[in-house]
Amino acid sequence: MTAETAQAEATGPSRSDIDQTLRAILRDVLGLNLAQVDGFDADTGLFGHLPELDSMAVAGLLTEMEDRLDIVIEDEDVDGEMLENYGGLLTFAEAKVVES
Amino acid sequence: MPDGSTGEEMVIGFDASRNRRLLIVAPLFDEANKFRHQLSEIMRRLHAQGIDCFLPDLPGCNESMAPFADQSLAHWRACVTAAAANFSATDIFAIRSGCWLVPEDESGWLYAPAKPQQVLRSMIRARMLSAKEAGREETADRLMETARADGIELAGWPLGPQLVAELEGEQFDAPDEYIVIEQGEVGGKPLWLRAENDSDPGQADSIVSLIASGEESA
Repeated sequence: MTAETAQAEATGPSRSDIDQTLRAILRDVLGLNLAQVDGFDADTGLFGHLPELDSMAVAGLLTEMEDRLDIVIEDEDVDGEMLENYGGLLTFAEAKVVES
Repeated sequence: MPDGSTGEEMVIGFDASRNRRLLIVAPLFDEANKFRHQLSEIMRRLHAQGIDCFLPDLPGCNESMAPFADQSLAHWRACVTAAAANFSATDIFAIRSGCWLVPEDESGWLYAPAKPQQVLRSMIRARMLSAKEAGREETADRLMETARADGIELAGWPLGPQLVAELEGEQFDAPDEYIVIEQGEVGGKPLWLRAENDSDPGQADSIVSLIASGEESA
């Protein structure tokens, strides 16, 4: 076992698990298929870029992230930067999972 | 009615005086809109399976003329109980937040029950997000203070203080006589999460087949 693997186990879900969970939530929220959401990269725009992603849909997305990633999202955490693109949301989710 | 009595509301129903009569309790708030089409898909299939079904408006919801701000979970519960008696329902099928309203002494199916605090939290968040977009800063604590004292408008719904207190304080546990249907059994993407309303015939088939087989064995 390499040191790298051991470290990944100690910190809970891997980055790729978080990435996959987040993509699954976006598929559910946006009604997109696997290939479409797999095509999202760090710069893919979310809140403010996709007209269907209104405040109610984003609120649902955040609640679902809390449920599926077992994290708590504080209201002051929620800002335009984390919601603006996929990269921002993933970075935020990773930081929260490490914190929890 | 605000005095606790029930009034008249509209109902969508398939009534052929059959033995099986299912009362449907729609989800509350935003999810009521998200599920409207899917509920009509489900009701058509129930009818085809030989099951009568009834979807009444809760006061303050959909076509109801009653003021939403006067409503509470307790009052909606009384209305669901009255509706079950009125339609001689043999069973109840409730969806998401509608599951909170079913009478404990009836039986039926609860589809993906929601958690009251989570629903309130999502609505508070949506309000904060839209305030942020409009350049205003609102905090959840301050919004909740106002909500507890005077009620609050969240995502277009004017919630009265009693409804706020119920959402904040209640835990939902499925009553014993009901079978919980989770999304995993239904398959497909949960429609209540969808940013754009949608329906899914495959999911409607699965739900109706669970209900139809359950009623046959009952």
